[in-house]
Amino acid sequence: MDITQLVKRGPCEWHIPAQGNMRVPVVIFGTRDLVQGMDEKVREQAVNVAALPGIVQASYVMPDAHWGYGFPIGGVAAFDAAEGGVVSAGGVGFDVSCGVRCLLTGLKLDDILPVQRKLADALFEGVPAGVGSRGAIRLNDQQMHDMLAGGARWAVDHDWGMREDLERTEERGQVLHAKPAYVSELARKRQREEMGTLGSGNHYLEVQEVTEIFSAGKAQAFGLGLGDIVVMIHCGSRGLGHQIGTEFMRLMVESAAAYGLQLPDRELACAPLGSELGQRYLGAMRAAINCALANRQILTHLVRLVFADIVPKARMPLLYDVSHNTCKLESHWIGGRRRELFVHRKGATRAFGPGHSDLPEALRAAGQPVLIGGSMGTGSYVLAGTGESEALAFSSACHGAGRSMSRHQALRHWQGRQVVDDLAAQGITVRSVSSRGIAEEAPGAYKDVAAVVDAADQAGLARKVARLRPVICIKG
Amino acid sequence: MNTASCVPAGDVAHPRPAPAIASATRWEHFDHGADIGVRGWGPSKAAAFEQAALALTAVVTDPSRVAQRDTVNIVCEADDDELLLAAWLNAVITEMSVRRMLFARFQVELRGRQLSGVATGERVSPLRHQPAVEVKGATYTALRVERCTDGSWLAQTVVDV
Repeated sequence: MDITQLVKRGPCEWHIPAQGNMRVPVVIFGTRDLVQGMDEKVREQAVNVAALPGIVQASYVMPDAHWGYGFPIGGVAAFDAAEGGVVSAGGVGFDVSCGVRCLLTGLKLDDILPVQRKLADALFEGVPAGVGSRGAIRLNDQQMHDMLAGGARWAVDHDWGMREDLERTEERGQVLHAKPAYVSELARKRQREEMGTLGSGNHYLEVQEVTEIFSAGKAQAFGLGLGDIVVMIHCGSRGLGHQIGTEFMRLMVESAAAYGLQLPDRELACAPLGSELGQRYLGAMRAAINCALANRQILTHLVRLVFADIVPKARMPLLYDVSHNTCKLESHWIGGRRRELFVHRKGATRAFGPGHSDLPEALRAAGQPVLIGGSMGTGSYVLAGTGESEALAFSSACHGAGRSMSRHQALRHWQGRQVVDDLAAQGITVRSVSSRGIAEEAPGAYKDVAAVVDAADQAGLARKVARLRPVICIKG
Repeated sequence: MNTASCVPAGDVAHPRPAPAIASATRWEHFDHGADIGVRGWGPSKAAAFEQAALALTAVVTDPSRVAQRDTVNIVCEADDDELLLAAWLNAVITEMSVRRMLFARFQVELRGRQLSGVATGERVSPLRHQPAVEVKGATYTALRVERCTDGSWLAQTVVDV
């Protein structure tokens, strides 16, 4: 991105003042290097978002942003229904409520090393992953309805998890006002064999070791100590969410003109929050969020079963579960008053600061855990939401590293076997159905997640708590 | 991003002849950040749609590894060529997902704004196909359906993986 077009407002904050048809400014978070490294399309898309009706305060761009579909990935935008605000399917994405959850284990690396390969094999066997994989759970019509309305709460009610997991999940495991009736038959069909599956691409299940602590107090509140083993799961709403995204993106593209929306980019397609289409999308999208929460809850149960078998002394409470592709109705302070806003986070993590009433008691003093996934060889991070993030970007932070190289370029650089061997030499055991998939997801194909996390910390969006390195990685 | 090596026949401002290779029936991928672009060329619009779908299969696996065992009929319609291409690719993605199939061959017939297609392939075999990634949906990013100056057709968009 050409930074001469931006106004610098701090070491990690850059502005594009409102001009032309922009209703609000664009605010970009990131170091000079990160912002310069962003595609020019990110600026263009963030400016387009700033022109949408009912947008409040600013169109925000996180430090890991890259070119997306209408909205940049790493984009945050809030809309007020009372001011003609809109909801955008592209502003949420195809993988509705894609997110990360982190399980503690009570184990140290020495507990894992003697069984590392056995545990990797058992996790690979016990957690369905990859294109065409099928879960063991089949839902009839009533069960599908209940899952879409109930989310992780429904899963726990069916013994896929512990009651305590729910307060460690955004929305207490169940987003309200989901409307399963607005979920098409095709979306349900696409999900029928996919409950409890991990997916493919950048989705993963990792056993990780805490290798660095940045904030002893917050780490203690999160139950993280140096050398601790945790399990990180990155996955979304599977076929159901993909189908809902597909169907509503098309409906919004086709009806934008009828709603009087003049869009510079067809992909910005959206619908007024008060319109029938807007309400239908919100109902279906919330059902897809519940599907993602239920899916990650079932995966959690499968992981616990494997650990109980291989490392029986493991105790596996949930640290937290975050979603990074959502639109949620939230209450925020704007100009000294509370307003109810529909906050889109496309490739961005909610990051509530200390004291927020939505956080469970045990986490309230430290702030919300913000889980940032790396890729195989690269580290992952746990951060904590800050008080100032509310004023900076509606309590939002980054979500991951983002790719630095396309899948094609990665294939030209690496072979799957070589990547697996290189990682094995670093003590990382990888299991995947696809050698090509491993090459496409090679650690070198991703940006430096540390630079992204440092920028988020420096900007005040979230504070670094701990760094983690993978020990076992299961890829689809 | 690469731009298509083809300009619309109606673009008189900067007419460039399409390269000879553009008239061939073929597909390719183009880069789009985290995701991937699928692009098909053919002597007709329908052929370009078929090739774009083949490029879609190639996102997941090498199409030559997919046996032509079973056929699936696909119909869709849309208000313009570009929306029709997105609808076609999304219909193929849905069939891949619901039937857990990969397709090696596509036949497309276009009648106005309606498309009738046949996709031929087989069930996914992780061992044989080594599927790299599942496709979540076809986007409207870099979406183009155009006639080249040599009369051939180009059809492309970015798919989310």
